[in-house]
Amino acid sequence: MHLLRLALASLNNRRFTALLTVMAIALSVCLLLAVERIRTEARTSFASTISGTDLVVGARSGPVNLLLYSVFRIGNATNNIRWESFEHFANHPRVRWAIPLSLGDSHRGYRVLGTNLAYFEHYRYGRKQPLALAEGRPFATDPFEVVLGAEVAQRLNYRLGDSLVLAHGVARISLLQHDDKPFEVVGILQRTGTPVDRTLHISLAGMEALHADWRHGVPAQGAARLSAAQARELPLQPRQITAFLLGLDSRLATFGLQREINGYHSEPLQAVLPGVALQELWSLMGTAEQALLVISLFVVLIGLVGMLTAILTSLNERRREMAILRSVGARPWHIAGLLVAEALLLAVAGMLLGVALLYLAILGAQGPLQAHYGLYVPLRWPGQHEWRLLGAVLCAAVLMGGVPAWRAYRQSLVDGLSIRL
Amino acid sequence: MPAEHAMAPPVLEIHDLHFAWPGQAELLHIPLLSLNQGERVFLEGPSGSGKSTLLGLVGGVHMPDRGHVRLLGRDLASLGAAARDRWRVDHTGFIFQQFNLLPFLSVSANVTLPCGFSRLRRERACGRHGSTEQAASRLLEHLGLPPSLLERRADSLSIGQQQRVAAARALIGQPELVIADEPTSALDADSRESFLRLLFDECSAAGASLLFVSHDRSLAGLFDRSLSLPALNRARPITES
Repeated sequence: MHLLRLALASLNNRRFTALLTVMAIALSVCLLLAVERIRTEARTSFASTISGTDLVVGARSGPVNLLLYSVFRIGNATNNIRWESFEHFANHPRVRWAIPLSLGDSHRGYRVLGTNLAYFEHYRYGRKQPLALAEGRPFATDPFEVVLGAEVAQRLNYRLGDSLVLAHGVARISLLQHDDKPFEVVGILQRTGTPVDRTLHISLAGMEALHADWRHGVPAQGAARLSAAQARELPLQPRQITAFLLGLDSRLATFGLQREINGYHSEPLQAVLPGVALQELWSLMGTAEQALLVISLFVVLIGLVGMLTAILTSLNERRREMAILRSVGARPWHIAGLLVAEALLLAVAGMLLGVALLYLAILGAQGPLQAHYGLYVPLRWPGQHEWRLLGAVLCAAVLMGGVPAWRAYRQSLVDGLSIRL
Repeated sequence: MPAEHAMAPPVLEIHDLHFAWPGQAELLHIPLLSLNQGERVFLEGPSGSGKSTLLGLVGGVHMPDRGHVRLLGRDLASLGAAARDRWRVDHTGFIFQQFNLLPFLSVSANVTLPCGFSRLRRERACGRHGSTEQAASRLLEHLGLPPSLLERRADSLSIGQQQRVAAARALIGQPELVIADEPTSALDADSRESFLRLLFDECSAAGASLLFVSHDRSLAGLFDRSLSLPALNRARPITES
């Protein structure tokens, strides 16, 4: 206690340098914790994009690709699958629910998803949360109705009752517009923080109606062209879809059904477990994430080296202080302890300030992060992992404090009681 | 104060001490130097005569190559480094030339510093005055410092005041020996003598012996005994005397 008080008083005497050192440590610790927190939150948010789904089924390509287009709305399917295949497995005895997914159109950069009401009933994200409507209702029997994801509605400023035109293909600027068949906004979903927010949902019948008069990938010309009213009269039974999601009656059935789907005779299909595919996808990004952590660890190291420099440079001008302490009875290890205590105080102050900065930053950035990146960073107490990181920083600081401590120890043995300036 | 207490053992006793810095010629060879209890001894020596080294040896910070330094009958060489440090602070108070306070501590905290490292001196100070702070304020008062200065930063005081604070720090908890190394060199002639009077008074009040090292011979007459380091030292270091 006596030593700690002396260290405090001595630091207070050099408060400007001490403050700068504390700031450097605080900023580096703040950066480390922020990177760590965003890393874990991104991972959780990523892993919670889809939940409750036992199998994702699509044409044969690769699990990551299938996951990307069916769940993340990134990239395209190489092949469609037949409606009969979907019906076959939707009626499988072990299947509790099935959601068809039909992709390929877009609206001002946002993907359009053709599906059915099972989507609103059975799709789950995060901790098995269902989708909820913020306003309006799901699409009904009329094919030209659309339900918007929260971000689509907010960014493009759509309200219920607005009408919008979909574009063929997924390019941001599309030359082929379905402008003869406008859709009416009938519902807007609540924010989920997942790709659902960036999706426009229409019925499979709507998807079919859009393309009813298309031949070979281009719209029909002249008389062959169908109006929206004419399209409504057609039997809008889909012939193909892009993928489907399955919920089973028991987890145990998953592998059996997966094998069955992968070996389906009528059409080459592949079924993947979303959890496994998510893991695989995340591991692709793991390197970047690791690099970020390593960089922030180095920044902490730089902060601590700054502290070491500050203490070491102060040593020479403090030889008198040490000699006086020796003359009033301080042993060489007291002198060493004084310097370790100093490093400890600086590090603890820096870490406290760093944590405070982190919480301020989270408080300030929470809204924008959620809005722009769909990333929710909660204002929670540091987790076990973060405590461990802080502990490691503290240990590193004490170890570094050992360097000036050792020098001062040697110095005080040589100088003894007599220092004259 | 009588110079001789025949019965009591000497406070400080140096016997046939040899010392050389590594790789250098012998700096000190002192056949005999002793200080009796309550005695005030003036040790004169020009700069470079090995005064500081001698004080380091008495303080147990340096060890003699041969011979003995006994503080209160205890041979310092027989103690380990930590025990030597403790023995020093328990029984010796130091006053140096100038700047011998920690500038960032208050006057009171400077005076009580030895009590933080020596239990014996803390107990003595508390036993006599109730608390170390009380002991500090009493000593400072005797040395002519107003209580209003107690909580001031040490470096806000004048040099003369600082030296009195240093004296109070050397005296707190009644060590048996006070070693003063040129404590008056930064003071003018008048304050020099009044400082010495105060120091003498407090040393006698505490029953402490005083070893006063200086190059200023004009003060020698005020002491019980006056010694010259060049005369004592057989090693004959390079000096002008």
